[in-house]
Amino acid sequence: MAADAVDEATLRDLIPGILAALVHRGADFATAEDAVQEALIRAVETWPNQRPDDPKGWLITTAWRRFVDLARSDTARHRREQRVSNEPPPGPTASADDTLQLYFLCAHPSLTPASAVALTLRAVGGLTTRQIAQAYLVPEATMAQRISRAKRTVSDVRLDRPGDLRTVLRVLYLVFNEGYSGDVDLAAEAIRLARQLAATTDDPEVAGLLALFLLHHARRPARTRADGSLVPLADQDRSLWRRDLITEGVAVLQAALARDRLGEYQAQAAIAALHADAPTADEIDWVQIVEWYDELVGFTDNPVVRLNRAVAVGEADGPQAGLAALAELDPMLPRYTASAAYLHERAGEVATAAELYVQAAAQAQTLAERNHLTLRAATLRHRLSGEGG
Amino acid sequence: MAKYLFLKHYRGAPAAVNDVPMDRWTPAEIEAHMQYMEDFAARLRDSGEFVDSQALASEGAWVRFDGEGKPPVTDGPFAETKDLIAGFMIIDVDSYERAVELAGELSAAPGAGGKPIHEWLEVRPFMGAPTTVTE
Repeated sequence: MAADAVDEATLRDLIPGILAALVHRGADFATAEDAVQEALIRAVETWPNQRPDDPKGWLITTAWRRFVDLARSDTARHRREQRVSNEPPPGPTASADDTLQLYFLCAHPSLTPASAVALTLRAVGGLTTRQIAQAYLVPEATMAQRISRAKRTVSDVRLDRPGDLRTVLRVLYLVFNEGYSGDVDLAAEAIRLARQLAATTDDPEVAGLLALFLLHHARRPARTRADGSLVPLADQDRSLWRRDLITEGVAVLQAALARDRLGEYQAQAAIAALHADAPTADEIDWVQIVEWYDELVGFTDNPVVRLNRAVAVGEADGPQAGLAALAELDPMLPRYTASAAYLHERAGEVATAAELYVQAAAQAQTLAERNHLTLRAATLRHRLSGEGG
Repeated sequence: MAKYLFLKHYRGAPAAVNDVPMDRWTPAEIEAHMQYMEDFAARLRDSGEFVDSQALASEGAWVRFDGEGKPPVTDGPFAETKDLIAGFMIIDVDSYERAVELAGELSAAPGAGGKPIHEWLEVRPFMGAPTTVTE
């Protein structure tokens, strides 16, 4: 690394280990987390001038000293003051297991999803409160409060027993999927954290989640036009897809599938991989995609999965089959009407499709989606009036 | 500086001059409209007058307290006759005149036939904070 620049991502890769080391040495999680944040800020300020030979050791020492100061200044923690000294006591360094425990703690079931996301991004991801606030479009004071309440909520959780990996995966999925804009690339951050998690555990679902992220992230350059409007999967310029991420995602997925412990994230990644495999939109293996959706329905009886399955059935067996599958679902589901419009369009029922696209636009939950659906309605109407005149 | 809220209505505003629903426009007209809106917000960001802009979904409900220990009462979806806000923009400008000038520009966004919509926008001043110097 260049001496004149601090690679922020590399620096942040060290965070869970530093925090785990402090907790391992007896620091309480909440104070240790503050101390690590401050050490991180010191690093960004001072390393461009003088980079330590042992960055991790430097961070542990700096964070520990800061922890001591914080603990001392807190009179309510008088007794701890007796125990801590200026230098880190000798002891085992934090292991990969300690890092894993931090992931569990930050995704603890007692936290709301929004709190778990914020705490994970700060304590494991090493992002500042301001960065997280900007990413989620809330005032910094609001995010600071959310994080400090979350820290209080988990302050009594013991770190010595295994947590639930499902909750950790769900938190990372939320970080990846909420594509808000801002200085921080949340999708890239979720991938970084998933990689780190995959390095500390051998659960095939962690690999499945990482593969899912990589395969979807690969499409990002093709997903929106320069003006921010959405490009549907079928219309995306596949030459813009990032082959490096696809290759990696497929490899990670294949290794996970080979272990024969299938789960929902592997199934989702398999669907994404089948899309990535097809050289053109016309060559997608929809029959296999439907099979994977059937697997997925077995893992998670999520109605949105059933909706996507109905659209896939429409591609595999024709739009009428898709509409029949759709008819079994609740019409109040988000994107139900949009899916119906698409299937009717595929069936050549242009007038019906146009009418449904108008309704779907009124129900859309994002502006980009509403614009896209309105545009579809207008395009079909235009085609109809052209045929009529 | 003073803040103003521009309110755009799905329903309840006086009819626009060029009042054609968007799904009856040509695709090119829709794209031109979106571009105009985006350029408008970008210009305000550049001039340091932009605060926020959000679109609202067309569905929602009335909600009120219904007494201790009871869940709140909801009444929805909204009746067809209800005045319905579609979205808002908040600006921070030097004068009321500037706010009106900008609302006029926003209302000139192109619609059907590529012609301005002449949509009515509601312009509402924010209540300010008390000033330090009072006399």
